[in-house]
Amino acid sequence: MGKFSKAGGREMPELNTSSLPDLVFAFLFFIMMVTTIREVTLKVEFHAPAATELQKLEKKSLVTFLYIGKPTQEYVAKMGSETRLQLNDKFAEVSEIQDYIAQEKSSMKEEDQPYMTVSIKADKDTKMGVITDVKQALREAYALKISYSARKAQN
Amino acid sequence: MGKKRKVPQMNASSSADIAFMLLIFFLITTSMDTDQGLPRRLPPPVPKDQKKNEALDIKKRNLLVVLINSNNQVLCGTDYIDIKNLKDKVKEFIDNPNNDPSLPEKVEVDVPFFGKQMVTKNHVISLQNDRGTQYAAYISVQNELVRAYNELRDGISKKKFGKAFADLNDDQQTAVQMIYKQNISEAEPKNYGGAKK
Repeated sequence: MGKFSKAGGREMPELNTSSLPDLVFAFLFFIMMVTTIREVTLKVEFHAPAATELQKLEKKSLVTFLYIGKPTQEYVAKMGSETRLQLNDKFAEVSEIQDYIAQEKSSMKEEDQPYMTVSIKADKDTKMGVITDVKQALREAYALKISYSARKAQN
Repeated sequence: MGKKRKVPQMNASSSADIAFMLLIFFLITTSMDTDQGLPRRLPPPVPKDQKKNEALDIKKRNLLVVLINSNNQVLCGTDYIDIKNLKDKVKEFIDNPNNDPSLPEKVEVDVPFFGKQMVTKNHVISLQNDRGTQYAAYISVQNELVRAYNELRDGISKKKFGKAFADLNDDQQTAVQMIYKQNISEAEPKNYGGAKK
């Protein structure tokens, strides 16, 4: 029996961790795939209004964002302090929405196009006149699914 | 030199740490905030040659006008109303529990799971606003309208299936939606009460 229980004869086998980095990398790639990095530098300031009956937007790749608000400090000199519209990275007029929507639509897969959603991210002090104009423009552009972006209200 | 020498293995134990650091970096920098909002469907654009008043073929009792003026006051039907009371008023309008002749007419509809139901199928809530209305006020009214629908749907779901509306399966949800169909019309823009642009 002594033959098998020799102290210090063998080393304790180490746990093989060589595949651990692969596992973590696989997870990393998964995260990189599912999250979309939207690099939009906000040029308008907005504080979303609060609401309680919110629904999550399902597919991020189908969502187009429209930002409506007052220009941030650094742009006030250039653009004035009136409410402005931001499409992607630049300021825009309401008349440019149609082209923008058409452009976004054509970059989608054809079967996804009817599900395109436009998320209106507007500041809570915006006058409805601007929103109404935007809504009319969206109707003309056949982007009929919209979502008024809001944050969860604390009760 | 008869001894065999092992090839020295590369120490890979730290690469796990490196991968973890990358992972954490991405987790922090990517915007995971899911965008939330009130979903709405806009009506398709009006053809240019069509007359404007053609669409107004709705019976008066089926129509509830909710109007927000430029001072963010809410007019529901014919009276000014506090936003806290709006939900109950809208609920009563949609449900019409006592078959009131001034509230929307009820139509018999065959609904799966429920059988024949009297439903206020043709009701329309028309949400109108002024150009000077504040966006936050508009959203809070929208929110109250949606809440009225959600509470009605939850109520009937609990009674029939013993579950909240959100927990029902798709078929059950469509059935409940048939009973309380969401009909909110966001009207063509008009000017009310001295809009200041």
